[in-house]
Amino acid sequence: MKNLDPQLVWAFSGVLGLLTLSTLIGLALKLAVKKPEAQSTIRNLNARIGAWWVMSGIFGLTLVIGQIGSLILFGVMSLLALREFVTLLPTRRADHRTLFWSFFIFTPLQYFLIGIHWYGMFAILVPVYAFLFVPTRLAIAGDTESFLERASTIQWGLMVCVYCLSYTPALLMLNIPGYGRSAKLMLYLVLVDQLSDVLQYVWGKLLGKHKIAPLVSPNKTWEGFVGGVLTATLIGTALWWMTPFTPRVAALVSLTITLMGFAGGLTMSAIKRDRGVKDYGTLIKGHGGILDRMDSMCFAAPIFFHIVRYFYAR
Amino acid sequence: MRAHPLAGMIAAAARLISGVQVRWVDSEPDSRQAVYFANHSSHLDFVVLWSSLPPEVRCVTRPVAAQDYWNRGLRRTLAVNVFRAVLVARHPGKNEAHDAFSDPTLDPRLAIEHMLEAMGDADSLILFPEGTRGTGEEVAAFKSGLYYLCQQRPGLRMIPAYLHNLNRILPKGEFLPVPFISRLTFGPAMGLEAGEEKRAFLARARGAICRLKDI
Repeated sequence: MKNLDPQLVWAFSGVLGLLTLSTLIGLALKLAVKKPEAQSTIRNLNARIGAWWVMSGIFGLTLVIGQIGSLILFGVMSLLALREFVTLLPTRRADHRTLFWSFFIFTPLQYFLIGIHWYGMFAILVPVYAFLFVPTRLAIAGDTESFLERASTIQWGLMVCVYCLSYTPALLMLNIPGYGRSAKLMLYLVLVDQLSDVLQYVWGKLLGKHKIAPLVSPNKTWEGFVGGVLTATLIGTALWWMTPFTPRVAALVSLTITLMGFAGGLTMSAIKRDRGVKDYGTLIKGHGGILDRMDSMCFAAPIFFHIVRYFYAR
Repeated sequence: MRAHPLAGMIAAAARLISGVQVRWVDSEPDSRQAVYFANHSSHLDFVVLWSSLPPEVRCVTRPVAAQDYWNRGLRRTLAVNVFRAVLVARHPGKNEAHDAFSDPTLDPRLAIEHMLEAMGDADSLILFPEGTRGTGEEVAAFKSGLYYLCQQRPGLRMIPAYLHNLNRILPKGEFLPVPFISRLTFGPAMGLEAGEEKRAFLARARGAICRLKDI
């Protein structure tokens, strides 16, 4: 355990303050609202807030532990997300060994590569090596039924649940002149991205009327989207001091994070609707599965990483 | 009955690996004597079913397992000491066309008697009436053991259960598991009705499992 960066402590204390405030609001709403149909929304809200305490606690703990903590946390989340993903999609008996490789070879290897800061291999392990390995192993298994569909499913699962998600702890690889390698960058991404989700939900519940894509995601409204993106961008801008960015750049970067997060939520919802389910899992109370919570991160993290790497990292 | 000290840990590990989501449809777990019967597609089936029972039910529930697979080495230690499995002999040739209890060298009554003896007057059993693991797509026809058990023990409660996705976690012929999320659905208790014939009863029991598949 190293000495913690005071800015990191400040930012995280902000999270805890926000959670305390939400808990109080949730409690007040629970006491104030009497209508039965609104009560179920409040119950779900309070379950979500409770889960946020747990998630923030776990995340805070990994920040204190350092890189190894983040790698284990996100590695486990990748495994759980991949598990939710492949459970939902049709696989066949012949996919068994390929899936075993995906879970127990490619996923740990991806996080190991981050751990040893081998950027060149980290960036291509899944899109090149796993991409070619998966169909080859399936062909060797000899079952040609829906071959391309099965290969794509596994490739897609690895890309989204492992490759894209691993970009979050990969931020710890970036060495930025005058800023160094810092967990603040990771906390910033997680904060802006998750706040954007939460604020889109809150604005949607308060003002939401016009649905964006009723068939894909019935809860997403224009009011929620605009309100959430704007407020999350505003908060992201106000937090510029914990990043290597100027306030103006922080605004642009936060906007990008929120928009990519929205893209992730929408895309992952489309898969759920196609498979006829509401959530990917039941692991996080009130939220659904890991993938329901991390869908926006999967899309925002790689873009955020590459922006920072291209413009700032040495 | 006191549970083995490792039982809780093994049950937790099994639930973690199988990610099992348990549902009780029109029924509730209780520790009254019963026979839990389910579809069979994986070696993990009974471990997952056993792990999904509440601890007080689990410690009085004994899986019926094939002697030829479970009577060796570490497996035996686990089966006998932790799960308190009732090991029964299967058809030695594993010929699918034959009833497990119809092998001329084995007296079918012996296996039934063995199970009844193991149950005593308090313990429950976990039984896979298909007799052998299937591919997981279809539930095969039931062997007769379930019927004879009920015949010998009138009023015995039978609780159907359907295990989803265990065939994907550890299919027949594989030795390394892939962690899919599984589901386990328990249905309402049933029993042998007065004058019910063997074939009709077995079909009804099989139907009770199949019904849970789509709930």
